[in-house]
Amino acid sequence: MGLLAMLLEGEWYDFGDLAEQIEDWGAPDEAAYVLATLVATVVILLWAVLSVLAFIWIERRVVALMQNRKGPNRVGPAGLLQPVADALKLLMKEAITTAGADRILFWAAPIIIFVPTLAIFAIFPWGENMVLADLNVGVLFLLAIAGINTPAVFLAGWSSNNKYALLGSMRTIAMLISYEIIQVLALLAPVLFVSSMRMADIVSWQEDYVWIVLIQPLGLLAYIIAGAVEMNRSPADNAEAESEIVAGYHTEYGGIKFGFFYQGEYLAGFAIAAAVVTLYFGGWTLFGLEEWIPGWSIFLGKLYTIFFIYIWSRGTLPRLRIDQLMGFAWKFLLPLTIANVLIVGAEVLIWRENELSSWEALPAIAVVNLALGVVLFAGWARFLGHGKGTQAASGAILTQEIGTVHFKPAVGTEAGS
Amino acid sequence: MTSLQSEPFVINIGPQHPSTHGVFRLRLTMDGEKITEADMVMGYLHRSMEKLAEERTYTQNIPFTDRTDYLSAMTGNLAYVLAVERLMEVEVPERAKWLRMIMAELQRIASHAMAVGIFANDTGAWQTPVMHMFRDREKILDLFEMACGARLTLNYMRIGGVSRDIPPEWIPQAKKLLKDLPKKFAEYEDLLLTNEIIVARSRGIGVLTPDQAIAHSVSGPMLRGSGVAWDIRKADPYAAYDKVDFDVAVGTNGDVYDRFVVRMAEMRQSLRILEQALEMMPEGPVHARLGAATVQPGGQSIAPLAYRPPVGEAYARIESPRGEIGYYIVSDGSPAPFRFHIRSPSFINLTPLALMTVGSTVADAVVILGSVDIVVGEVDR
Repeated sequence: MGLLAMLLEGEWYDFGDLAEQIEDWGAPDEAAYVLATLVATVVILLWAVLSVLAFIWIERRVVALMQNRKGPNRVGPAGLLQPVADALKLLMKEAITTAGADRILFWAAPIIIFVPTLAIFAIFPWGENMVLADLNVGVLFLLAIAGINTPAVFLAGWSSNNKYALLGSMRTIAMLISYEIIQVLALLAPVLFVSSMRMADIVSWQEDYVWIVLIQPLGLLAYIIAGAVEMNRSPADNAEAESEIVAGYHTEYGGIKFGFFYQGEYLAGFAIAAAVVTLYFGGWTLFGLEEWIPGWSIFLGKLYTIFFIYIWSRGTLPRLRIDQLMGFAWKFLLPLTIANVLIVGAEVLIWRENELSSWEALPAIAVVNLALGVVLFAGWARFLGHGKGTQAASGAILTQEIGTVHFKPAVGTEAGS
Repeated sequence: MTSLQSEPFVINIGPQHPSTHGVFRLRLTMDGEKITEADMVMGYLHRSMEKLAEERTYTQNIPFTDRTDYLSAMTGNLAYVLAVERLMEVEVPERAKWLRMIMAELQRIASHAMAVGIFANDTGAWQTPVMHMFRDREKILDLFEMACGARLTLNYMRIGGVSRDIPPEWIPQAKKLLKDLPKKFAEYEDLLLTNEIIVARSRGIGVLTPDQAIAHSVSGPMLRGSGVAWDIRKADPYAAYDKVDFDVAVGTNGDVYDRFVVRMAEMRQSLRILEQALEMMPEGPVHARLGAATVQPGGQSIAPLAYRPPVGEAYARIESPRGEIGYYIVSDGSPAPFRFHIRSPSFINLTPLALMTVGSTVADAVVILGSVDIVVGEVDR
C-alpha cells in the first residue's frame, strides 16, 4: 500500500497500524515497533516545537488585543515569523554561566525541566490507538512526571547564585507541593468513575457514556486552577513574578537555556491542557465526528481551546500573594477536593451496588454533583469569610470640609481566601 | 513560627528592577518572605537641579520643573511660576488662571491614570490595566500637544501667564474627551475596584494612620487615603480653584487600597472641575504685561528671559497629583535665583516607607511602593 493511500485512509496517524504496516513490508517484529515508535516520537517532538512557536505568536497577539496594542507585526506576514526570529536569537546568544553558580546544576536544570514535560505527551491518546505508550497507570505517570518540574525549578534557582532566583524557587517548591495534592485529588474522581488509570480507557468510557466534565464540574475547576499554578501562569505566577522578583528562578538564564525554560513552560501548559481534554472533555472524541475527521485534530483543537483559557487569564488577572495562594490551596481547594472524592466514591458505590443502568445513574450524578459543587463552593467560601473583603471595598468619602479626619479602619480586613 | 530561626537575607529591590518606577533602590532585610528591615537608597537619578537652577535665569528654569516630576510637568511648571510671581508680585490675567487650572487638572487625570495602572501592574496584572490607562492618557497628551507642542516635558506655564492661548479647536476636542472619559472610568471602577485579587492584595496592606501620616509630613492621595481631608486646592486656593465646585476624596482605612480608591475618585472630581472650567473660562489675554522689574539695566528693551525680581523670598505650593509640591525661591535681585528649593511630594511621601513595609512581604513592599506613586526624577531631583 502506498503512502498516499495510507494518508487517505487515516492509517498514517495510527502508530499501531503503522507498525503493522512496516511489518507487512517485511521488517522483523521488534524493528517495526521501534521504527513506529521513533516516527511517533519525532512527530510529537516536531509538534511540540512548532506548537510552542505558534502559540508564542498567538499569545502575544491575543494579549496585545486585550491590551489595546498590535503585538508583533513586523517579522513576516502579520508577525508570524517573530517567534522564529526570537528562537534564532536565543540560539545565537552567548551561553553565560554566572559567577559563583553551580556549573553542573545550572546547566542541568533547563534540560531536567524540558525533557519530562515532553515525556508526558507519550501517554495521551491522540486518536484511536494513537498512543505512544499505552500505560495502564497513565494518570499516575502524568502526576509523577509533572512533579519532576519541582526539583528542576529548585535546581535552577539554587544553582544560579541569585537572590531573586532563590526566592522564586522557594516559592515554587511551596506552591507546587501544595497544588500537586490538589491535582491528585482532582484527578482521582475521573479515575473512580472509569475504574482505570489508562488514558485510552478514560477516553473510551467518555465515548460510551458522557464527558466527565458534566459529572465533575468541581474537580475540573480545581484541576484548572492547580494547573495554572503548576505552569506558573497568572494569577499564580509567583515563581517568576516580574514585578517582585524580576524573573524568579530563571533570572540568570539567557540564550538557549532560557529558551528551554520558556519552551518547557509552554509544554507544561500543553500537558495540563491535554490532561484536561483527555480526562474531562472526551479526548479525541467529539460526538461521532471522529469518524469523519482525524482524532488528533479534534484532540489538538480541544487542547488549544483549553490552553486559551490560560492565555486569557494571563491577560486579565492580577497575581495573588504567595501566602494567599497557599491559603487558597490548603483552606479552600483541599477540603473541597476531598469532599468531592468522597461524594464521587459514594456515587460510584451506589451505582455499582444497586446495579443501576448508566441512563439512570449518570443524569442523577450530573445534577447532584453540579448542585453539590455550587453549594460546597459557595458555602465553603462563605464559611471562610469570603465576601467580607469585597464588602469592605467601599468607595472614597467625598467631602468639602478641609482638615477633618475620617479614619475608621474596617474590622476583619483579613479575608479568608 | 518564632522558634524557627533563619538567617537574615538581604535583597535589593532596584536600582535595576522592573517595579521601582525608575532607579530607586530599596534594600530589604528578610526573614524568609517577611521583611524585617527596609532601607531606602536614593540619589541614582540626582541631576543637581537645585544647583543648576541657581545659574540660570528665572524663565530658563521652567524646563527644569518639567523634568523633576516628568509625569506631571504642568503642576511642576505651575508651582514654580506661582512662586516667582509671588516674588515679583505679578497679577496674572484671569484667562491664564483658568487655563492653568484646566491644564493642571488634565495633568492630574493623566498622572493618576498612570499611578492606578502601574499599581495594578505591581499587583501582577501584567500590563493590561496600564495599557488601558495609557489609551486615555494619550488623548490628554494630544490635548497638551495642541496647546503647547509638547507631550511630556510641556514647558507651558510662563511667569505672568501661559506661553500661548489654546487654539480654537482645542475646546471641542477637550469636551469630546470629557464626554468619553466617564465611560472609561466606570469601566475601570467596575474591573478594578471590586476585583477579588486586587482587594485581597491591597486591603489592610501598608496602613498609615492619620497621626503617622501627618508626623511624616505626607501629602496628596497618601494623606487623603489615611482619612485626612487636606487638599491645597481648597485650603490655599491658587489659579481658579476657588471659583469651581469640587469635592475632596478621602479614604477611611489608610491602606494601599484606599490610596488607589482616592486616586480613582479624584480623577472623577478632576472631570467635574474641567467641565465647569471649560464653560466658565473667560476670554482675554493669557499673559500679564510685566512691569519695571523686568527692564534690563542700561535702558535695553524688555527681555523676558531675564527678569530681575526684587530681593526677597517666596514659597508657593500647589496640589500636584502626588501631593504638595512647593517651590521656595530666594532672590538677591540678580536674573538668577539665589536659592531654588523644591519641596517634592514624592521624596517626602517616601519617608514612611520603612514604617509601612516592615512586617510585610516582598510582594507587599512592591505594591506599597507602587501606592506611594513616586517619580524618581522628583525624589532625587
